[in-house]
Amino acid sequence: MKTLAAEGDKKTEQGRVINDFSIHVATVNGSGSQSSNSVLMRSIFQMGIPVSGKNLFPSNIAGLPTWFTIRVNKAGYIARRCDNDIMVAMNPQTAVDDVKSLKAGAVCISPVELKLDQFRSDVKHYQVPFTELAAKASPEQVKLRKLLTNMIYVGVVAELLNLDDAEIAKSIESQFAGKPKAIPLNVNAIKVGRDWTRENLKKDDPYFIERMNETAGKIIIDGNAAAALGCMFAGATVISWYPITPSSSLCETLIDYLHEYRNTEDGKHTYAVIQAEDELAAVGMALGAGWAGARSMTSTSGPGISLMSEFVGFGYFTEIPTVIFDVQRVGPSTGLPTRTSQADLLPTHILSHGDTKHIVLLPGTVEECYTLAMKAFDLAERFQTPVFVLTDLDLGMNNWMSDPFTYPTQPHDRGKVLTAEDLEKLGKFERYKDVDGDGICYRTLPGTDHALAPYFVRGSGHSEKATYTEKPEDYKNLMDRLDRKFQTARKHVPEPIVDQNAQAKIGLIAFGSTHFAVIESRDQLKGTGTQTSYLRLRALPFTEDLRKFVESHDHVYVIEQNRDAQLRDLIRLELPEYAMKIRSIRHYDGLPVDAQFVTDAIKEQEKK
Amino acid sequence: MVQAPTPPTNRIGLTLGDYKGAPSTLCDGCGHDAITAQIIKAFYELGLAPHQVAKLSGIGCSSKTPAYFLNKSHGFNSVHGRMPSIATGANMANKDLLLIGISGDGDTASIGLGQFGHLVRRNLPIIYIIENNGVYGLTKGQFSATADVGSKQKGGALNEFTPIDLCGLAIELGCGFVGRSFAGDPKQLVALIKAAASHKGTAVLDVISPCVTFNNHEGSTKSYKYAKEMETPLHELGFIPFYEQITVDYDPGTEQEVELHDGSHLRLKKLGNDYNPCSREEAIVTILHAAEEKKFLTGLLFIDESKPDFVTMSNLVDEPLASLGQERTRPPKEALDKIMAELM
Repeated sequence: MKTLAAEGDKKTEQGRVINDFSIHVATVNGSGSQSSNSVLMRSIFQMGIPVSGKNLFPSNIAGLPTWFTIRVNKAGYIARRCDNDIMVAMNPQTAVDDVKSLKAGAVCISPVELKLDQFRSDVKHYQVPFTELAAKASPEQVKLRKLLTNMIYVGVVAELLNLDDAEIAKSIESQFAGKPKAIPLNVNAIKVGRDWTRENLKKDDPYFIERMNETAGKIIIDGNAAAALGCMFAGATVISWYPITPSSSLCETLIDYLHEYRNTEDGKHTYAVIQAEDELAAVGMALGAGWAGARSMTSTSGPGISLMSEFVGFGYFTEIPTVIFDVQRVGPSTGLPTRTSQADLLPTHILSHGDTKHIVLLPGTVEECYTLAMKAFDLAERFQTPVFVLTDLDLGMNNWMSDPFTYPTQPHDRGKVLTAEDLEKLGKFERYKDVDGDGICYRTLPGTDHALAPYFVRGSGHSEKATYTEKPEDYKNLMDRLDRKFQTARKHVPEPIVDQNAQAKIGLIAFGSTHFAVIESRDQLKGTGTQTSYLRLRALPFTEDLRKFVESHDHVYVIEQNRDAQLRDLIRLELPEYAMKIRSIRHYDGLPVDAQFVTDAIKEQEKK
Repeated sequence: MVQAPTPPTNRIGLTLGDYKGAPSTLCDGCGHDAITAQIIKAFYELGLAPHQVAKLSGIGCSSKTPAYFLNKSHGFNSVHGRMPSIATGANMANKDLLLIGISGDGDTASIGLGQFGHLVRRNLPIIYIIENNGVYGLTKGQFSATADVGSKQKGGALNEFTPIDLCGLAIELGCGFVGRSFAGDPKQLVALIKAAASHKGTAVLDVISPCVTFNNHEGSTKSYKYAKEMETPLHELGFIPFYEQITVDYDPGTEQEVELHDGSHLRLKKLGNDYNPCSREEAIVTILHAAEEKKFLTGLLFIDESKPDFVTMSNLVDEPLASLGQERTRPPKEALDKIMAELM
């Protein structure tokens, strides 16, 4: 049978837009639309077309507006786009605003009773009797109609865009893997939508899906799940956490994976997961475990970071390893819990009172959420200090296409830990003595059966022998040694990814999820004759690469998603002699930054 | 030449001196030092291996004391009111460690009340001693949340707020071992510490420990004089460790015997009352009445050896998590391949 879109093909040979548009679905949260959107997105992905999905949701369980954007892009760009081509306006609360937000020539699919055509005559409307179709899809079970309505729009979109039925069926099977009863119901709902569309609508828009071969062997995963995998393969053994959006799914996914892959044959756990009473306790548990020798971690977001402040300073000063994930959301205070941000860079880097500074890892892709999570445990134990991994809501909770992750080849680095045998050979042990000159001392673990092993951890002044001291020289020596350790870390943290373009006068610097908008923007700029180099930072402290990069360009743009140009200022502090070369582009409305924004901002500043 | 007499040793060949710590820097006569002495004695007499012990504390005068005992054990002086979370993490990392936590009334009943409650609720295996003097000593004499109504501060101010009874709270939260004692009653205290060490789960000991500098005056209800005069022991306690034969049968009419997790026994000699520490209801009512009657009741308030502890509930492998090798903590490549295939 020929599909409607295939029929339409003939009429619109010219001006067709194939595999390059955004679909924006407006629904009410708690209505089951997440499943529908995910089926839609997966089906396109399975047809070999690069795709990304972004969930714009409220801090609420049911009844408030939510949007899901699927970007289909044959060139593989997966950043957010600032405008949408196809709107599915299912939510009466927002439908009028939704249709008004469209650009001329866009498509709007909506329930017929909303009469959205009266608001925009320059938009192509497809008005669908969803209520009627839902009754048809579920004649007996009235309760199911609301959920099935969302699958009906998948059918409508599938017919209009020419999606493959077999791929949809496959996505439905994977979406409802644990609920076999739901599969025929949903398949039927899609068919109802699809049949009605074919019989009643006339394709009159330029958007088409065509099979490609760009996603074979790729995976789709969110950053939190990717980080969870990193933690599992890093051999994390003590995991403490307190629920907070948008980080909860990191530990929740980790728990699921641990149950499946880290239980012994008789069901015993090679890990302990504790849901703490708050973030203070969560990080305290992680530090207690790190002290006692476990690979420990916690995961949180902004408000949790603030609560952890005192303990993190303690961990820095007493030199206890642990890993802290911060899936950033919009602050200050409660802020916007379901919106994305990169405004915890500076706060985490220097978290706590007194002179403190911490290693911060900055994954920019889901794959790096996995690899840098593993790296974080190695660094924490090597440097005996809390290590932060900063992601954000966009990277952490949205679905991203990626190459499959590779199995780690390096053994876990457990750092400088002395066993009873080591102590016997050495005949001497001083916990805070810099034996190797790299600022990193040796430690022993509680439970070590040797008279030299025990020492006393204290957040107050301590000597090289870990005894109490208030002597000025002892304190200063300790602080200088901690700084020496931090300088050593510069040579061990993940180096930036640099794309040095010999023809470029300007360089771009970014970190984290901003990456995807930057790579797309670079192509846009190149298209208009502006060559750029690009340094994507992956850790604090900075490595030498940063200086070289800044030196080799007329000026650089630091692109980040916070108000105060936190990274720009850190770079200025690092390279004061180049302070005036370092410009800033900031996006901070809570939505992920898009390429056009970056391109426009650079063009504007280049005029100066 | 006269040879110095060899000091006596315990069952693992260590002397009392092997359980000592650095000299105390607390005020002369501080109740905390008396408690420290009984901790040293209890651990020595039990013959516990110091390297298997970890001593933890928060912030305050009491929290300084882990430096004054068990020099051969690892120690951890954490941040104010947060020792329970450190203990929880340490326990998960190495379940074989015997944890002893020292806290104060400020550290536990004020800033640390939340973590204390959750530690008890999880039944974390730890000896949790509150050295309770009703004041903040290290910041020079402010009232704490355990100060009794009508208790007088050194400067004359009266406390009007309801005191928090940490024993009552612990029982309410499901604690399986709750005792109250007095720094000036070494015989009872040492028996309670030994029993606490033999218990599997959280053992809370609220020990009235007079602050000689800021809360030992007339009008204080936590002074040596007041506590000595008002102490009403519920029973006389005798501790029989598991490695000692029980030779004499006890008389159920005047004595009660409780078997502890490790096979040790506590023998409770009744003192003109008929208190049964195995009844949660009786314990709660007794604590309430004592508060109303301004009685300072000491002894084992409640015991229940049947509750599973946090380690048991966590269903851990036998080897401590801290020492698990990579072969047990990094799943094989096939696991990753399978996960990746599911995400395609």
